[in-house]
Amino acid sequence: MVAVIDYKAGNLTSVRLALEHIGSECKITSTASDVLAAARVIFPGVGAAGEAMRNLHELGLTEVIREVALSGKPFLGICLGTQIILDYSEEDGGTQCLGLIPGSVKRFVPSDPTCKIPHMGWNRVRIVKSHPIFEGIEDESEFYFVHSYYPDPADRSHVFGETDYAAVNFASVIGCGNIIATQFHPERSGRIGLRMLANFTRWDGKC
Amino acid sequence: MLTKRIIPCLDVKNRKVTKGIRFQGNVELGDPVEMAVTYSDGGCDELVFYDITASAEYRPIDIDMVREVARAIHIPFAVGGGIRGLGDMQEVLLAGADKVSINSLAVENPSIIAEGARVFGSQCIVLGMDPVANPDRKRFPSGYEVTIRGFRQRTGLDALEWAKRAEDLGAGEIVVNSVDADGTRNGYELNLTRLIATNVGVPVVASGGAGSPRHLIDVFTTGRADAAIVATIVHTGEYTIAQIKDELARAGIPVRKKW
Repeated sequence: MVAVIDYKAGNLTSVRLALEHIGSECKITSTASDVLAAARVIFPGVGAAGEAMRNLHELGLTEVIREVALSGKPFLGICLGTQIILDYSEEDGGTQCLGLIPGSVKRFVPSDPTCKIPHMGWNRVRIVKSHPIFEGIEDESEFYFVHSYYPDPADRSHVFGETDYAAVNFASVIGCGNIIATQFHPERSGRIGLRMLANFTRWDGKC
Repeated sequence: MLTKRIIPCLDVKNRKVTKGIRFQGNVELGDPVEMAVTYSDGGCDELVFYDITASAEYRPIDIDMVREVARAIHIPFAVGGGIRGLGDMQEVLLAGADKVSINSLAVENPSIIAEGARVFGSQCIVLGMDPVANPDRKRFPSGYEVTIRGFRQRTGLDALEWAKRAEDLGAGEIVVNSVDADGTRNGYELNLTRLIATNVGVPVVASGGAGSPRHLIDVFTTGRADAAIVATIVHTGEYTIAQIKDELARAGIPVRKKW
């Protein structure tokens, strides 16, 4: 059973439908006991970091997420979920985040007048370090992104995939131990994204 | 490099995909869910569904269809037509759509853009606009006037001013559907597309007029579009998405080639 953490940061329908499609039983939940009982955890999210952190505090989920991170249980961050596992985000005038992986979240600055923010659409992910979630996925495959801020982990060893946008080569897949996290939306990235989710549901949390 | 998106547009009427010319004389083409799967498997990057009679008939969108599409495909899709307010937006998004496209509603009540962006996030709110050429430059400095309700009603709004205002209000993307080019297959309205795309900071989707891969090359280069809607060109089977992408790649335009 996969627990999909609902902290009122966006719509989880597409995550649920993608997991159902690959035959994975999931529960969308805001309850600590559900999250702790699950075999693996998905931490999704769209929206703004400040509100997301406030919601996590109000729901009493910040400690639960830390506990999961330490438990060795496979943990997948998606989009905003990926950003707020770092220490700090520039968003909303500066937001202290969960600090599961050292680093910060920065805003894209348009590199030229034709560069649009948000970074919206399909972009290539260069695999820089192998990981079980890339099983069967070609290097430089495209995934679907929608975001205006990007993860910037402090330690290069936490970067698994990279993507170019706005003259930045940013970390689009980061991880550490049982945590793996994507800036893109695997649940919206077609067959290749579904493959990545399926890989996650088979992963033992070790790498 | 971010790829240019090819987005088939499915105009839906009574649960069937239809296509007309300049919003007239529509013929039935097929089942929306089946067509969505075909295009998704064929490499389209996103889809958009317009319930084309919902707005004109003042009735809500077909939410069961949205649910079925969401279950069948796992790429982003937008839904438009007949959105009457935040409640309808929420219903469509919870049914599994990634974006809602608002057009007539936004003109009649611009604050809905800001409210939608605040509640659901800018990335969910697409402003659709149907501009028509209007040579009265005093009233329409851009040379284009916005129409609503499927070209049935003029608004007195200048297309570029409206696009900028929508961006300021929080629209995350703007679809520019040229009424003059719609269904003609003579190419996108490059002047209009470029005008909007180079003057707003959010992605601009060109719509109306695609008849050959060359037209897409032109709209991504000269027109500076971030994405392009296709309809007749793929609905007739004359070109597949893969063929269009091959031509774009040959012209040096980045496209998603693996799916």
